[in-house]
Amino acid sequence: MKNLPILFCLILSSLAFSVIGLVFSSNIQLGSLTPTTETLDESGNPIEGDPLFPVTMPGVAQQGEAVYVDLGCIACHTQQVRRAGFGTDIDRGWGKRHTVARDYVTQGHVLVGSQRVGPDLKTIGERQEEANWHHLNLYNSKIISGDRSIMPRYTFLYDVREIEGTTAANALQFEAGSPYAPAAGFEVVPTQRAEVLVEYLLSLKLNYSLPEAQISEK
Amino acid sequence: MRNVLNQVDGSIRFPALFFVVAAILWLVVGTAFSLISTLQSYLPDFMSSCEFITYGRLAPAAANALLFGWACNVIFALGLWIIARLSLAPIPSGGLLLVAGLFWNVGVKVGLFGILAGDLTTAEGLEFPGYATPILLFAYTLIAVWGVMAFRARQGEGVFVSQWYILGALFWFPWFYTVAQFMVVWFPARGVVQSITSAWYTGNLLNLWLAPMALATAYYVIPKVLGRPIHSYNLALLGFCSLAFLGSWTGVAQLIGGPVPIWVSSVGIVASVMMVVPVITNSLNLYLSVKGAGTELWRSPALRFVVFGVCSYFLASMIGSAMTFRSVSEILHFTTFASGQSLHLSYGFFSMVMFGGLYFMVPRLTKVEWPSAGLISLHFWGSALGITISVVALMLSGWMTGHQMNDAAVPFMDVVLTTTTWLKVGTVGTLCLTIGHLAFAVHFLWMLFSVIATCVKQETTALESTSQEGAA
Repeated sequence: MKNLPILFCLILSSLAFSVIGLVFSSNIQLGSLTPTTETLDESGNPIEGDPLFPVTMPGVAQQGEAVYVDLGCIACHTQQVRRAGFGTDIDRGWGKRHTVARDYVTQGHVLVGSQRVGPDLKTIGERQEEANWHHLNLYNSKIISGDRSIMPRYTFLYDVREIEGTTAANALQFEAGSPYAPAAGFEVVPTQRAEVLVEYLLSLKLNYSLPEAQISEK
Repeated sequence: MRNVLNQVDGSIRFPALFFVVAAILWLVVGTAFSLISTLQSYLPDFMSSCEFITYGRLAPAAANALLFGWACNVIFALGLWIIARLSLAPIPSGGLLLVAGLFWNVGVKVGLFGILAGDLTTAEGLEFPGYATPILLFAYTLIAVWGVMAFRARQGEGVFVSQWYILGALFWFPWFYTVAQFMVVWFPARGVVQSITSAWYTGNLLNLWLAPMALATAYYVIPKVLGRPIHSYNLALLGFCSLAFLGSWTGVAQLIGGPVPIWVSSVGIVASVMMVVPVITNSLNLYLSVKGAGTELWRSPALRFVVFGVCSYFLASMIGSAMTFRSVSEILHFTTFASGQSLHLSYGFFSMVMFGGLYFMVPRLTKVEWPSAGLISLHFWGSALGITISVVALMLSGWMTGHQMNDAAVPFMDVVLTTTTWLKVGTVGTLCLTIGHLAFAVHFLWMLFSVIATCVKQETTALESTSQEGAA
């Protein structure tokens, strides 16, 4: 190519097209989405007085989200539900409806993810409502999923310590005779980070409808 | 002509060798990280008591060490050398490049420590914390300015195919990297705009940064080794233009089925399928340029690596186009198949071509031939076997788990079992890669030290003036 100006126009325009066409235009379409009510009135406006969805996460859960990010959980877990008929996300009970763009507008970090080495977590707070289940899973996922589990052990989020007087209120509860339980006279206590991480996991729910994605009544 | 090339080589010798040394050290570090994280992926207890090297941090650290440490340094070494050589003019101020190189590598270190310390972000290829990237961008500016200076100093009017690609990539990279930094890391956009931007970014990284630099190297090395021009100028032109216009649109295809508007993934699918145009034209053109050079292929290590890379380019890109069809994606999405395909492109194509480029460039910079044919063979077969085993394992695992996942009756832990089995096979591949990389690193350091030893000897006997040494 002898014509330098043409070469430069080509180089610059090629990327400019996609910046405008994909990044900026999707920002125009989606960048101003706001929480809304489950259904809209006749003129397409949110119904006054109805609660808005998705709700903003409580502060503790936001701290937990930061832990989720810094441990790199996204490497193996997605947080998105594909529509019925495309994959088996809904059949596997990972959500009652598919996720849409509006479900993520209140999140600081969008953690949709791209690898499912482990199961999807968009609705894990609905599937497992007990904090102890999550703590056991983080402490040693073999307790929950058996020996095949390949989830790392987050033992550094827990303190194993001698019981002083009575067992701590937040100590992990193991099944009687569990081989993973600490030695007699010891207890496993979650650290602050484990507590907020579990609060975050418990907050992951998809139990509301949106105008564009209704939970079908079956 | 030869004289001018010697002068050009002299003017860029130290910065280029600096980038090569940095690239190889990061390659070794990145390989070690990958090896540990591969083991962790099925032995969850392996080195898990320490928070810094938990899988979720080590895996992105490995990827980023290879991307910003190995790939970018080797791009700076080869890309700048090729652009300077094609300009046929020695470029002053190599010191600027050295400073820039130091900053770049400091930036990579800061970024990696940031990831291991838990400051990582959530977007693939953008995990470096927001405080590391300004260092990288500053260093990059100096490097790119040098590249443009080298181009402007060129003698004669012609602009070669390799120069199109290198110039293009030098402009594209900072642009899409900055846009992605702004929208995802520094001032996160609302909701899934982040996901769209980061998917767009990963496509750009592959198609507008790694691929053009590897193609530039292939278009430079093949004619040089064989002593004849590339097959067709027009095919090269078609390949370049179509890659430039399509490459940037393909990344969003990975959002199929995700919480984004349908048009986004549709655009990605269309672009990914149309990518067969640049892929076929470029690989056909390169194939026709090599055709009939069977003996050269076995004699020249540079050519052998480059040709392996071009074959991978064709195969991996064809698979990449096919896997974006919605019916295929329904099976393969979220499985290891996609990682296999991107490894195939980034290693089987990009890294192999760059290895070939290094085997061609380094002897011309140091004026010493590679000391051992055995180590070259070990490197080639280690890398070739390693990447084949790794890619096949990841793809088969993805294929099988994809089918299991789509049958809701198969419990999730059965799917995990299949993945684990194939990950074990993949470890063999990573081990082969490690052996190849160690052979390469040892070989290069051996060569470098023998060069330094001769230089020191000559210096002490003071028989030769430094001016003949080139750019002492």
